[in-house]
Amino acid sequence: MVDATFIAMMVVTVGGAIFALEAEEIVYGAIGLAASLFGVAALFFLLNAPYVAVFQVAVYIGAVAVLILFTVMLVRQEKWSKELPANAPSRVAGVVTGLAIVVALIVAVASTNLTSETQLQNTASFLQIGQLISSTYSPVLEILALVLGAAVVGALTLSRVDRQGPEEGEKQS
Amino acid sequence: MNSLADFVLVSAMLFGIGIYGLITKRNALRLLFAVEIMINAANLNFVAFEQYSPGLPGPQAALGQTFVLFSIALAAAEAAVILAIVVVAYRLHQDVDVSELKTMEG
Repeated sequence: MVDATFIAMMVVTVGGAIFALEAEEIVYGAIGLAASLFGVAALFFLLNAPYVAVFQVAVYIGAVAVLILFTVMLVRQEKWSKELPANAPSRVAGVVTGLAIVVALIVAVASTNLTSETQLQNTASFLQIGQLISSTYSPVLEILALVLGAAVVGALTLSRVDRQGPEEGEKQS
Repeated sequence: MNSLADFVLVSAMLFGIGIYGLITKRNALRLLFAVEIMINAANLNFVAFEQYSPGLPGPQAALGQTFVLFSIALAAAEAAVILAIVVVAYRLHQDVDVSELKTMEG
């Protein structure tokens, strides 16, 4: 049996994901995405992985969702909310493909004995995460830092406004 | 208690929603939403399977959580680069429709 917290967080996660893609106003969609990410963080709490959950809230909701929200407000256009009725074939194809994947995964899970796994057996704490990050996987951590630095520098270089030669499209930005 | 299959079910639904978004949407920001949802589905699966298994001895028991931390950090870097590309595309074309973006010139 599943408990009520799980049901609520599943509704928040899946509903937020659907709302993120289907909301008419894309700003509300970004907020729906933040709700979905928060639901996943709560599911991490239910899985007895509090460090990952807090990391998810800090990085995804604190950084990524806010970044997306600001970018959406920067580039938003009114016509996006009006031209939503996309061409029907691609929409039908998307719904059919998504449902097919979900049904296939559910059938695959139903054929296993995953439903009988009801005990959280792993007692790993954040101490062990710290040991792993700082000993075995410290090269990964350093390369990840390089990747993050390169990504930030690349993003800044891409979005830099060239003050020397103003072009046509740069006047309102 | 929740079983492992419940978490896998949520993960599968998130993944299906992400696939649907990737197929139907033409707005670059919506595509970014779909990709983020699919990354979250993968992370949730990772942590769920790790926590319901006995795990390796010693500090290796936290292997799945450690990989999810790395995955979250990579997703943040990816989102930053994609959003910069979106801003540049909007500055050049006044639109972020990916079917209209034929050029990738700076």
